Amino acid sequence: MASKIKINTRLSGDVAEVKSLILHPMETGARKDPDTGELVPRHHITQLTFANNGEAVMVANFSTAVSRNPYINFRFRGAKAGDTLKVSWVDNLGGSDELETVLS
Amino acid sequence: MQESRRIILKGAGALALLAAWPKALLAAAWPKKAFLSTDDGQALSALLGTDQTTRSDEITLILPEIAENGAVVPVTVGTTLENVESISIVVEKNPRPLAATFEIMPGVFPNISSRIKMAETSRVMAVVKTDTGIYSASKDVKVTLGGCA
Repeated sequence: MASKIKINTRLSGDVAEVKSLILHPMETGARKDPDTGELVPRHHITQLTFANNGEAVMVANFSTAVSRNPYINFRFRGAKAGDTLKVSWVDNLGGSDELETVLS
Repeated sequence: MQESRRIILKGAGALALLAAWPKALLAAAWPKKAFLSTDDGQALSALLGTDQTTRSDEITLILPEIAENGAVVPVTVGTTLENVESISIVVEKNPRPLAATFEIMPGVFPNISSRIKMAETSRVMAVVKTDTGIYSASKDVKVTLGGCA
Protein backbone atom coordinates (compact mmCIF):
# COMPACT_ATOMS: atom_id res chain seq x y z
CA MET A 1 0.00 0.00 0.00
CA ALA A 2 1.23 3.42 -0.86
CA SER A 3 2.11 5.35 2.22
CA LYS A 4 -0.47 7.81 3.44
CA ILE A 5 2.18 10.15 4.74
CA LYS A 6 3.34 13.07 2.65
CA ILE A 7 6.35 14.98 3.80
CA ASN A 8 8.29 17.89 2.46
CA THR A 9 11.50 19.05 4.11
CA ARG A 10 13.83 21.93 3.43
CA LEU A 11 17.22 22.37 4.97
CA SER A 12 18.78 25.79 5.38
CA GLY A 13 21.95 25.77 7.42
CA ASP A 14 21.27 23.48 10.38
CA VAL A 15 17.57 24.30 10.43
CA ALA A 16 15.12 21.87 8.88
CA GLU A 17 11.62 22.93 7.97
CA VAL A 18 9.11 20.10 7.99
CA LYS A 19 5.73 20.16 6.29
CA SER A 20 3.74 16.99 6.58
CA LEU A 21 0.28 15.88 5.54
CA ILE A 22 -1.18 12.60 6.74
CA LEU A 23 -4.13 11.15 4.86
CA HIS A 24 -6.49 10.05 7.60
CA PRO A 25 -10.29 10.41 7.99
CA MET A 26 -10.12 11.73 11.60
CA GLU A 27 -13.72 10.63 12.27
CA THR A 28 -15.22 12.23 15.38
CA GLY A 29 -17.71 9.46 16.09
CA ALA A 30 -20.56 11.97 15.85
CA ARG A 31 -21.00 11.96 12.08
CA LYS A 32 -23.73 9.90 10.48
CA ASP A 33 -23.12 7.97 7.32
CA PRO A 34 -25.37 9.69 4.76
CA ASP A 35 -26.30 6.36 3.14
CA THR A 36 -27.05 4.20 6.16
CA GLY A 37 -27.86 6.87 8.77
CA GLU A 38 -25.62 5.11 11.23
CA LEU A 39 -22.90 6.78 13.25
CA VAL A 40 -19.42 6.43 11.80
CA PRO A 41 -17.18 5.14 14.62
CA ARG A 42 -14.57 7.44 16.12
CA HIS A 43 -11.34 6.95 14.20
CA HIS A 44 -8.51 9.41 14.64
CA ILE A 45 -4.76 9.67 14.93
CA THR A 46 -3.74 9.85 18.56
CA GLN A 47 -0.03 10.39 18.26
CA LEU A 48 2.20 11.64 15.48
CA THR A 49 5.96 11.49 16.02
CA PHE A 50 8.88 12.98 14.11
CA ALA A 51 12.31 11.59 14.91
CA ASN A 52 15.58 12.77 13.43
CA ASN A 53 18.24 10.02 13.36
CA GLY A 54 16.18 8.10 15.89
CA GLU A 55 15.76 10.98 18.31
CA ALA A 56 12.27 12.41 18.76
CA VAL A 57 12.06 16.09 17.86
CA MET A 58 8.29 16.50 17.91
CA VAL A 59 5.47 14.47 19.40
CA ALA A 60 1.99 15.67 18.51
CA ASN A 61 -1.01 14.30 20.41
CA PHE A 62 -4.31 14.72 18.60
CA SER A 63 -7.97 14.57 19.51
CA THR A 64 -10.77 14.24 16.97
CA ALA A 65 -10.71 18.05 16.68
CA VAL A 66 -7.73 18.01 14.35
CA SER A 67 -8.98 18.35 10.79
CA ARG A 68 -9.26 15.46 8.38
CA ASN A 69 -5.90 14.75 6.73
CA PRO A 70 -3.87 16.41 9.50
CA TYR A 71 -1.27 18.91 8.44
CA ILE A 72 1.64 20.11 10.53
CA ASN A 73 4.45 22.54 9.87
CA PHE A 74 7.40 23.17 12.18
CA ARG A 75 11.16 23.77 12.15
CA PHE A 76 13.97 22.35 14.20
CA ARG A 77 17.62 23.11 14.71
CA GLY A 78 20.53 20.67 14.67
CA ALA A 79 19.76 19.02 11.35
CA LYS A 80 22.26 18.28 8.60
CA ALA A 81 22.21 16.84 5.11
CA GLY A 82 21.98 13.05 5.19
CA ASP A 83 19.95 12.91 8.41
CA THR A 84 17.04 10.49 8.37
CA LEU A 85 13.76 11.98 9.47
CA LYS A 86 11.13 9.42 10.37
CA VAL A 87 7.44 10.25 10.62
CA SER A 88 5.17 7.76 12.35
CA TRP A 89 1.62 7.77 13.63
CA VAL A 90 -0.77 5.55 15.54
CA ASP A 91 -4.55 5.87 15.71
CA ASN A 92 -7.19 4.87 18.25
CA LEU A 93 -8.14 1.73 16.31
CA GLY A 94 -4.61 0.35 16.28
CA GLY A 95 -3.73 1.58 12.80
CA SER A 96 -0.27 2.95 12.16
CA ASP A 97 2.08 4.05 9.43
CA GLU A 98 5.56 5.41 9.06
CA LEU A 99 7.79 6.99 6.45
CA GLU A 100 11.46 7.88 6.35
CA THR A 101 12.99 10.69 4.38
CA VAL A 102 16.58 11.84 4.06
CA LEU A 103 17.24 15.52 4.63
CA SER A 104 19.06 17.28 1.84
CA MET B 1 6.06 -12.75 60.53
CA GLN B 2 9.21 -12.75 58.51
CA GLU B 3 7.25 -13.79 55.46
CA SER B 4 4.69 -10.99 55.67
CA ARG B 5 7.46 -8.46 56.09
CA ARG B 6 8.94 -9.72 52.83
CA ILE B 7 5.62 -9.26 51.10
CA ILE B 8 5.28 -5.73 52.40
CA LEU B 9 8.79 -4.91 51.25
CA LYS B 10 8.09 -6.35 47.84
CA GLY B 11 4.89 -4.34 47.68
CA ALA B 12 6.74 -1.16 48.58
CA GLY B 13 9.28 -1.85 45.86
CA ALA B 14 6.54 -2.32 43.31
CA LEU B 15 4.88 0.90 44.43
CA ALA B 16 8.12 2.83 44.06
CA LEU B 17 8.47 1.43 40.56
CA LEU B 18 4.93 2.47 39.71
CA ALA B 19 5.58 5.97 41.01
CA ALA B 20 8.63 6.28 38.78
CA TRP B 21 6.75 4.91 35.78
CA PRO B 22 4.66 7.85 34.54
CA LYS B 23 7.67 10.13 34.15
CA ALA B 24 9.45 7.68 31.88
CA LEU B 25 6.32 7.19 29.83
CA LEU B 26 5.33 10.83 29.71
CA ALA B 27 6.49 11.37 26.16
CA ALA B 28 4.96 8.13 24.97
CA ALA B 29 1.46 8.13 26.43
CA TRP B 30 -1.53 9.77 24.81
CA PRO B 31 -3.13 11.97 27.51
CA LYS B 32 -6.51 10.27 27.31
CA LYS B 33 -8.16 11.92 30.31
CA ALA B 34 -7.32 15.41 29.08
CA PHE B 35 -8.56 14.68 25.56
CA LEU B 36 -11.84 13.09 26.68
CA SER B 37 -12.65 15.86 29.14
CA THR B 38 -15.71 17.91 28.18
CA ASP B 39 -14.67 20.99 30.15
CA ASP B 40 -11.74 23.18 29.09
CA GLY B 41 -10.55 23.77 32.65
CA GLN B 42 -10.66 20.08 33.49
CA ALA B 43 -8.85 19.24 30.27
CA LEU B 44 -6.02 21.61 31.17
CA SER B 45 -5.86 20.30 34.73
CA ALA B 46 -5.62 16.74 33.45
CA LEU B 47 -2.93 17.70 30.96
CA LEU B 48 -0.79 20.19 32.86
CA GLY B 49 -1.84 19.76 36.48
CA THR B 50 -3.54 23.16 36.66
CA ASP B 51 -6.06 25.24 34.75
CA GLN B 52 -4.41 28.49 35.86
CA THR B 53 -2.44 30.15 33.08
CA THR B 54 -0.65 33.48 32.84
CA ARG B 55 -1.65 35.69 29.91
CA SER B 56 1.36 36.40 27.78
CA ASP B 57 2.01 38.88 24.98
CA GLU B 58 4.88 36.71 23.90
CA ILE B 59 2.52 34.17 22.38
CA THR B 60 1.16 34.81 18.91
CA LEU B 61 -1.95 32.94 17.94
CA ILE B 62 -2.83 33.24 14.29
CA LEU B 63 -6.38 32.26 13.39
CA PRO B 64 -8.96 33.63 10.96
CA GLU B 65 -11.43 36.07 12.52
CA ILE B 66 -14.19 34.38 10.60
CA ALA B 67 -13.88 30.72 9.71
CA GLU B 68 -16.27 29.84 6.92
CA ASN B 69 -15.70 26.14 7.28
CA GLY B 70 -15.38 24.93 10.86
CA ALA B 71 -14.02 21.60 9.66
CA VAL B 72 -10.75 23.17 8.54
CA VAL B 73 -9.52 26.13 10.57
CA PRO B 74 -5.84 26.93 10.02
CA VAL B 75 -4.00 27.75 13.21
CA THR B 76 -0.46 28.88 13.95
CA VAL B 77 0.95 29.21 17.44
CA GLY B 78 4.30 30.82 17.98
CA THR B 79 6.07 32.19 20.98
CA THR B 80 9.25 34.01 21.93
CA LEU B 81 9.16 32.42 25.39
CA GLU B 82 12.20 30.31 26.12
CA ASN B 83 12.55 26.64 27.05
CA VAL B 84 9.13 25.67 25.76
CA GLU B 85 8.07 22.16 26.71
CA SER B 86 4.67 21.93 25.09
CA ILE B 87 2.10 23.88 23.10
CA SER B 88 -1.57 22.99 23.39
CA ILE B 89 -4.64 24.22 21.54
CA VAL B 90 -7.96 24.45 23.34
CA VAL B 91 -11.26 25.30 21.62
CA GLU B 92 -13.53 26.31 24.50
CA LYS B 93 -16.88 25.42 22.94
CA ASN B 94 -15.92 22.17 21.26
CA PRO B 95 -17.56 19.10 22.81
CA ARG B 96 -14.06 18.03 23.81
CA PRO B 97 -12.09 21.27 24.14
CA LEU B 98 -8.52 20.02 23.97
CA ALA B 99 -7.75 19.72 20.25
CA ALA B 100 -4.05 18.96 20.18
CA THR B 101 -0.92 19.15 22.25
CA PHE B 102 2.58 19.32 20.78
CA GLU B 103 5.58 18.24 22.81
CA ILE B 104 8.50 20.44 21.89
CA MET B 105 11.93 18.90 22.19
CA PRO B 106 15.06 21.06 22.58
CA GLY B 107 16.06 22.49 19.20
CA VAL B 108 12.52 22.73 17.88
CA PHE B 109 11.30 26.25 17.17
CA PRO B 110 8.19 26.92 19.26
CA ASN B 111 6.19 27.83 16.20
CA ILE B 112 3.72 25.32 14.84
CA SER B 113 1.02 25.37 12.19
CA SER B 114 -1.81 22.92 11.85
CA ARG B 115 -5.54 22.74 11.11
CA ILE B 116 -8.32 22.18 13.59
CA LYS B 117 -12.08 21.64 13.66
CA MET B 118 -14.46 24.03 15.40
CA ALA B 119 -18.04 23.04 16.20
CA GLU B 120 -19.25 26.63 16.64
CA THR B 121 -18.12 30.21 17.26
CA SER B 122 -15.72 30.04 20.17
CA ARG B 123 -12.69 31.36 21.91
CA VAL B 124 -9.53 29.47 21.04
CA MET B 125 -6.71 29.35 23.53
CA ALA B 126 -3.06 28.51 22.97
CA VAL B 127 -1.38 27.21 26.11
CA VAL B 128 2.40 27.20 26.28
CA LYS B 129 4.20 25.32 29.01
CA THR B 130 7.79 26.38 29.69
CA ASP B 131 10.20 25.47 32.45
CA THR B 132 9.03 28.55 34.35
CA GLY B 133 5.27 28.30 34.07
CA ILE B 134 2.16 27.97 31.98
CA TYR B 135 1.23 30.83 29.69
CA SER B 136 -1.67 31.44 27.34
CA ALA B 137 -3.12 33.65 24.67
CA SER B 138 -6.59 33.48 23.19
CA LYS B 139 -8.60 34.68 20.26
CA ASP B 140 -12.27 34.60 19.30
CA VAL B 141 -13.17 32.93 16.05
CA LYS B 142 -16.56 33.24 14.37
CA VAL B 143 -17.60 30.03 12.68
CA THR B 144 -20.05 30.27 9.77
CA LEU B 145 -20.51 26.55 9.16
CA GLY B 146 -19.73 24.33 12.13
CA GLY B 147 -17.38 21.44 11.58
CA CYS B 148 -18.21 18.37 13.61
CA ALA B 149 -15.51 18.38 16.23
